[in-house]
Amino acid sequence: MSPAAYVFLAVILFVIGGVGVLVRRNAILIFMSVELMLNACNLAFVSFARLHGNLDGQVVAFFVMVVAAAEVVVGLAILMAIYRARKSASVDDANLLKY
Amino acid sequence: MIFHVLANGGAGGTNLDPIYAKVLFWILAVLAVSAALAMILVRQAVHCALMLAVVMLSLAVMYAMQGAPFLAFVQVIVYTGAVLMLFLFVVMLIGVTSAEALKETIRGQRLWASLAGIGLTVLLIVGIGHAAIGTAAPTTSAQGADNLTGLAQLIFTTYVFPFEVTSALLITAALGAMVLAHRERTSPKPTQRQVARRKIESGQVQPEPPPGVYALHNAVDLPARLPDGSTTDRSVSTAIAQRDMQLGRDPQASETTDLAAEARLESERQLEAGERGREDQ
Repeated sequence: MSPAAYVFLAVILFVIGGVGVLVRRNAILIFMSVELMLNACNLAFVSFARLHGNLDGQVVAFFVMVVAAAEVVVGLAILMAIYRARKSASVDDANLLKY
Repeated sequence: MIFHVLANGGAGGTNLDPIYAKVLFWILAVLAVSAALAMILVRQAVHCALMLAVVMLSLAVMYAMQGAPFLAFVQVIVYTGAVLMLFLFVVMLIGVTSAEALKETIRGQRLWASLAGIGLTVLLIVGIGHAAIGTAAPTTSAQGADNLTGLAQLIFTTYVFPFEVTSALLITAALGAMVLAHRERTSPKPTQRQVARRKIESGQVQPEPPPGVYALHNAVDLPARLPDGSTTDRSVSTAIAQRDMQLGRDPQASETTDLAAEARLESERQLEAGERGREDQ
């Protein structure tokens, strides 16, 4: 299968993740959609690594995974803190900074 | 076949038949896209997490097919194993009780979001289609048996500085999570004496009523019956009550039918006893 097919699949997954971020109201589900977008990017990186015949893309994908893991840890901790304070995980309820 | 691919250190066309690669790609692509769509459409947070697991596992197999066996294993172990389990833990802690609001806060948000999604898809596909991505470069051993060595060489030579920064990032993230999740106790812990005094003063010395002793029903969503025949809602967990509301169940209704059934049973029993008494005479 040519790398182009993988890149197009990555595009579709990325857009689905983006629509998920826009549509969902629960903060956990928004996080999951962001994870889906990061995974789609990783697929594109690996495909490009194969396209160019070197490993640089795979290294970048590896770094993306590490950063995503760190992001999830901090994000979920923030989510827990917000839930403790407001008793809700909905993004509509976190409106203290709203003018 | 998948295990065969993985065991050979990934097969970016080296030892995977092109026909097999094509069939596997289409199966996985359809699986991943439908699971991703289900993920943004399904209401329950736990189902979303499981759908995300399907997407991640199919992407892991795709990495293996593209000559990245190390990333395939990292994807399974780190993403599906650790990150998704973390998600599930948090869903169990807070997500189950927080129902997804179906009401749109911004009018027409879903419509505009899907339109934007379609627009972005068309834009990206047309753009990438114009870029004319050629066929893959001839596979080197770096995408097969030497994948791990090649990656290690790159990470510890060319990318050594980003790698060190990554370690700083991970430590910061771990510390940040600890600080954010930590809860400072603002009042001293009550002693046993204080707890006992509070209980006596509250007027209820015994623990919360469990469903059971006087219950007519053993479902956990039914309020417990007190010795005087009345019911109490305090025996039902708030999470269960919310779930009943989500599913449109009404435990109170089944309870009243139960009470009616009990009354009927009681009157039948009395009738029977009366008849038996008459027979004895």
